[in-house]
Amino acid sequence: MGLLDRFRSNTSNQQVRGSAVVAKERLQILVAHDRAERNRPPYLNQLKEDILIVVRKYVNVDLNAIQVTYEQDERREILELNITFPDTSHSHNHDAK
Amino acid sequence: MARIIVITSGKGGVGKTTTSSALAMGLALRGHRTAVIDFDVGLRNLDLVMGCERRVVYDFVNVLNSEANLTQALIKDKRCENLFILPASQTRDKSSLKREGVGRVMEELSRGFDYVVCDSPAGIEHGAMMAMYYADDAIIVTNPEISSVRDSDRMLGILAGKSRRAETAATPIREYLLLSRYDPERVQRGDMMSVDDVQEILSLELLGVVPESKAVLTASNAGTPIILDKESDAGQAYSDVVKRYLGERLPHRFIETTKKGLLNRLFGE
Repeated sequence: MGLLDRFRSNTSNQQVRGSAVVAKERLQILVAHDRAERNRPPYLNQLKEDILIVVRKYVNVDLNAIQVTYEQDERREILELNITFPDTSHSHNHDAK
Repeated sequence: MARIIVITSGKGGVGKTTTSSALAMGLALRGHRTAVIDFDVGLRNLDLVMGCERRVVYDFVNVLNSEANLTQALIKDKRCENLFILPASQTRDKSSLKREGVGRVMEELSRGFDYVVCDSPAGIEHGAMMAMYYADDAIIVTNPEISSVRDSDRMLGILAGKSRRAETAATPIREYLLLSRYDPERVQRGDMMSVDDVQEILSLELLGVVPESKAVLTASNAGTPIILDKESDAGQAYSDVVKRYLGERLPHRFIETTKKGLLNRLFGE
């Protein structure tokens, strides 16, 4: 390696700089996802099925028509249920929260 | 009553046994009666790192099965009279560890010791679960590397949900981060995550940073806990870890690169 290259390699390092940044970014996403998964109450799936049974008494919807999302921040937990009614004559989209 | 400390990580090969032996020796050298237990049943290694492999007569599983009592199975360290080693069984498997039995041994050890250090096997299977179940404190050994950090986070979830303290709604386990195999030069070059990066992700109290060091292999080759090598950076880092664990406030060392002068930068390496 020539003398000039030694100086130059310092500048090219600036461009290489990044694999650690990439690792950190990937981890932040992964860990956030893992934690969200872990913090989901275990009853969510059962809840979804039970709601489906109730809704089906009145409207014929399938399991995919019910979306249950769960979010948590420091102060509160938000459980959001979104039921999409089938597209019949007098169809409407019904949101329940 | 002893304080029970689990050394855990999820991922293998990050330095759990090295840390267990160093911490146990460090605590014992500072006058605390300390027992260190190898939970890696079937793959016993702590005895090698501690240099007492030829003195193993009875092991942890013998004690659990009442084939020997604790006094018979505990190996007294030759370098420090406050330190005792309880080796794992090499011939059985991890299902020999039953929660009640482990609890009984922990209780008995608690009466005679100040600290009980539990060297966890890798993974999140039964052996690792048993090692962490009775813990009061957990030291999460992590390498600045993507899979190790992720596994550590997974382990934090397990400590928070499946330990005795979690199940009995007692004060949660105190969790500490120990970052090992740290290479400040690679961090500076940008191809290794920094202490701050890892802490930002795991948000744990940092117990210490142990630099990547050739001395660790040399020490394990000889069966000497690295903390006894006072010349080595890793040995010194572990001394700091012990002091911090015992409540001393010390600045973190070995996280900066040794500054190279201009001549060194031009002609070094």
